[in-house]
Amino acid sequence: MFTDLPLLSLVIWLPIIGGFLILALGSNADNAARRLALVVSIATFLISLPLWTGFDSSTAAMQFQEKAAWIPAFNINYHLGVDGLSMPLILLTTFTVVLVVIAGWEVIQNKPGQYMAAFLIMEGFMNGVFAALDAMLFYVFWEGMLIPMFLIIGIWGGPNRVYATIKFFLYTFLGSVFMLVALIYMYWQSDSFAILDFHTLKLSLNAQILIFIAFLLAFAVKVPMWPVHTWLPDAHVEAPTGGSVILAAIMLKIGGYGFLRFSLPIAPDGSKELDWLIIGMSLIAVVYIGFVALVQSDMKKLIAYSSIAHMGFVTLGFFIIFTILENTGGTSGAVLGIEGGMVQMISHGFISGAMFLGVGVMYDRVHSREIGAYGGVVHTMPKFAGFFVLFAMANAGLPGTSGFVGEFMVILAAFKANFWYAFLAATTLILGAAYTLWMVKRVIYGPVVNINVAGLEDLNRREFLIMALLAIAVLALGVYPAPLTQVMHASVENLVQHISVSKLP
Amino acid sequence: MDMTLSENVLLTIVLAPLVGSVIAGLFSKQVGRAGAHWVTIIGVAISFILSASVFKALVFDGAQKFDQTIYTWLVSEGVKFEVGFLVDKLTVLMMTVVTFVSLMVHIYTIGYMADDEHNWDEKSLAGKHSYQRFFSYISLFTFSMLMLVMSNNFMQLFFGWEAVGVVSYLLIGFWSTRETAIYANLKAFLVNRVGDFGFLLGIAAVLMYFDTLNYSEVFAKAPELANVTIQIFEGTDWALMSVIGILLFIGAMGKSAQMPLHVWLPDSMEGPTPISALIHAATMVTAGIFMVARMSPIYELSTTALSVILVIGAMTAFFTGLLGLVQHDIKRVVAYSTLSQLGYMTVALGASAYSAAIFHLMTHAFFKALLFLAAGSVIIAMHHEQDMRKMGGLKKYLPITYWTSLLGSLALIGTPGFSGFFSKDSIILAVGQSTIPGSSLAYFAVTAGVFITALYSFRMFFLVFHGQERMDEHTKHHLHETPWVVTVPLMLLAIPSVLIGYFTVGPVLFGDYFGDAILFTDAHPAMAMVGESFHGALGMITHSFFTLPFWLAVAGVGTAWFIYMKRPDIADKAQSMFAPIHRMLENKYGFDDFNQMVFGDRSRGIGEVLWKVGDQKLIDGTLVNGSARLVGWFSSVVRHMQTGYLYHYAFAMIIGLLVLLTWIVVR
Repeated sequence: MFTDLPLLSLVIWLPIIGGFLILALGSNADNAARRLALVVSIATFLISLPLWTGFDSSTAAMQFQEKAAWIPAFNINYHLGVDGLSMPLILLTTFTVVLVVIAGWEVIQNKPGQYMAAFLIMEGFMNGVFAALDAMLFYVFWEGMLIPMFLIIGIWGGPNRVYATIKFFLYTFLGSVFMLVALIYMYWQSDSFAILDFHTLKLSLNAQILIFIAFLLAFAVKVPMWPVHTWLPDAHVEAPTGGSVILAAIMLKIGGYGFLRFSLPIAPDGSKELDWLIIGMSLIAVVYIGFVALVQSDMKKLIAYSSIAHMGFVTLGFFIIFTILENTGGTSGAVLGIEGGMVQMISHGFISGAMFLGVGVMYDRVHSREIGAYGGVVHTMPKFAGFFVLFAMANAGLPGTSGFVGEFMVILAAFKANFWYAFLAATTLILGAAYTLWMVKRVIYGPVVNINVAGLEDLNRREFLIMALLAIAVLALGVYPAPLTQVMHASVENLVQHISVSKLP
Repeated sequence: MDMTLSENVLLTIVLAPLVGSVIAGLFSKQVGRAGAHWVTIIGVAISFILSASVFKALVFDGAQKFDQTIYTWLVSEGVKFEVGFLVDKLTVLMMTVVTFVSLMVHIYTIGYMADDEHNWDEKSLAGKHSYQRFFSYISLFTFSMLMLVMSNNFMQLFFGWEAVGVVSYLLIGFWSTRETAIYANLKAFLVNRVGDFGFLLGIAAVLMYFDTLNYSEVFAKAPELANVTIQIFEGTDWALMSVIGILLFIGAMGKSAQMPLHVWLPDSMEGPTPISALIHAATMVTAGIFMVARMSPIYELSTTALSVILVIGAMTAFFTGLLGLVQHDIKRVVAYSTLSQLGYMTVALGASAYSAAIFHLMTHAFFKALLFLAAGSVIIAMHHEQDMRKMGGLKKYLPITYWTSLLGSLALIGTPGFSGFFSKDSIILAVGQSTIPGSSLAYFAVTAGVFITALYSFRMFFLVFHGQERMDEHTKHHLHETPWVVTVPLMLLAIPSVLIGYFTVGPVLFGDYFGDAILFTDAHPAMAMVGESFHGALGMITHSFFTLPFWLAVAGVGTAWFIYMKRPDIADKAQSMFAPIHRMLENKYGFDDFNQMVFGDRSRGIGEVLWKVGDQKLIDGTLVNGSARLVGWFSSVVRHMQTGYLYHYAFAMIIGLLVLLTWIVVR
């Protein structure tokens, strides 16, 4: 019954309109702003649910499509639709934003209305990125998304926020300019901005390689992949907790999504030519960044580096497929790799969100992110410690939590491509556990040695609720991931079929 | 008679401890201390009783083995990842042993943890419900261990494998105010992860070549792939089965603490004694042994892998036993003894005598749990003093602990008739018959090991229970036998420690007990040859008086008696005479220092370099800030356009975008 509504437009525009309404309330209505933000975010989440319940997982075709002419002169359309690749990411977004709104409830005292509005507007843009089937529409949402994030870090960020915002902006903007050029080039070739038309567009190998590189610059920065990752630790450190959560849980996924929606299907031959590059960068991310994470003394930086390492699995899972197709002649390993990467994205959304929220809980009390400022937190915040250890274990890829599923699938798939890919990727078992649990040892366990920790109060009901919701998500996905992979299955299979056929003219 | 096992019964066996754990853990305040121990004990008791009933059904009533999927975890085109149970005679033996020892430990814990609040700072909130949390953890462990042994596929095996590791981590670091405890638990987890690294690659190899992770499908297909080779390095052909076997065994080396991944087990003694007995002696550490036995259809196809196992096991059995001789901490002696016995089991696996390994696993579970719990009883009586130099003469204060310890020690050293005798002698015999490369070395190690075992066992026994009373007056004044919740489990464990070997050696080891659960092939006939000369348990006892191991054990006990009872000065003299060897043993052959230096410090060093030079200097310094400077120069030219208002910038971006688009389109 709900599926007759223009659901995708609603999940895009409802939060944006809600955000502007909150701005219109002015600065003297903080409480009304918070409540309105909560109502809008929950409403958006509820509206996004029928996307899942009404989803037909037997087809790879776009669903819930909406199409209207936008700029007819250039064949630009307001064209929305989701498949098994984008739908789970929209749900992840709407779910996470609810948590972020609750998390910022009391913590943000400086212009809370504008803070909430920024997140809601960003939510709309992010949903737009995942739902857009028109390249220009996609690009507008893609760039639009940067503005609220830029403001969130710039206004509610830490002391060094100016450097961080500029770095963030420079990196991401530089990347996306080249993507724009590629999109326009393809418009010339196909006379259309429809992404699905790009998929079937015949392109020469040179064109494909250039297009692939242009997309790579945009997406690699977003993911972020080594060596264009250095903006992320800075952005995280300076961003307020909510900003970090959205950044880690959703924004990084947009890069991964871009590879699946653009790079691979548009330029399969180009991707195949350059897959060694992506695989190399991914493996460096896993190993190199694992070591770097080990020596961080700032908790947010540590988790930021850990995010980069975990996103390495995403890109590794996506780009080992060419070798697997060649080695095995079948598609099953390739499907496993891509699905593993997708699961890793969703799971990382929960886990990194939870880790950043956890650090936020401590930061709100002690106003320090330094590991050295803590120790023995379990003695004053036992409930919090329980959650934090659970999420840390999930971050270290413990079976039974969501963190295991994606890594497991990607490592299994990587073995089919090359023993050494799997070997290097599997070092995360050791490195991931080392940097995460060493932090846990120094922050959560041990005797209480300083006055800050001695005076800590355990989670309040609001914080407990957020942590509990994420814990349930992490465990549910770990114990029973089949429902998630089932919805993406047809789309991934279709993608693999599509990629395995050359697009050379 | 119902000839098939009920899925509901098996599910109840697994889930009852989990439910107990969740109730005791999440509702610790509501259920209180008594509620927590009752709910977990009832949960594990249900598991034990049902496991025993399944045992009866399979072994005596001839029920068929159970091999079914419970639910499908994940499907990814063609490959199904499932959660399911394989319950055959091998599994049910493990289930019964695990739930029995776990039940004993649960009961014992009531006494051991009774005054746990003394171990915590008054203000610590974590210490407030520590009693309930402990019960929650040990029940969670029981659940995880059952998932591990009952699995019918590699994925769930890995789940159980890691889950027991996490519970072990939580329990070693249970007293989280102690620096040594939280160091030990991190170390245990990381060393285990090194093993799991190999294990996971092994699983990936299985998936690649078998296209399934289900045991029975893999085992059925294994002979077809016996001659497949793979190239890990360009131009070198490696037998697939050897690669898989060795990779999986690396996992077992971590979990079952084989050299050089044994370093975590002695440190794990930082945890409370009940879990040392349950996790770090009787059950979890034997998971690796169980796994290799379960994979016998794979290992039978690779003499290379068996040879590796044999040599590693032999080194562990011999060298870690020696370390037990120089320990002063009562728990550490038992811990090194556990390492050495795990080495024996591994040797048996390597000799292709899987059933002997499992048999020793079972007898060891009883007598080692007994020895640990007895050590714990001593520790309670001594008010948490663990140094044997401050004990002595405890026999008259702790009679029940004394006699049960004696029975446990006699079982451990392989006294003819005791359960440990049958299992250990079978291993030695099997190794003697084996022709797998390394077996002569292993034969020496396990034979010499008998002397060492007897020596360290009775060194401990005499130091603790006999001789001078070396404790202070205050402690001595309060010495008395521990409460019944402690002594009853000791007595209940003493019974199988003494008797179970005699009654089961015939049917389990040399009969047809395991059936198709464990595969023996003619390629490695050691066990069959031992079986040919087996003429009943009694015959085995009488024959043993004419064999070397018996006299070595006697010599070990005699030496211990002479050195520690008769002439205590000899121990000191020997120590100074063999100072370099003693120092080497004190340093545990330098493994810990080596690991700390090479893996601990070096990896942090690598991290620092990559971060400071790679990230900060090269990427940020040169690339990013370099382009920023370029932009800075450019913007100094257009500085007058800058207003400093953020919304101007935002609008400028959008307008810029529009201009760009227009330009492209109009062109």
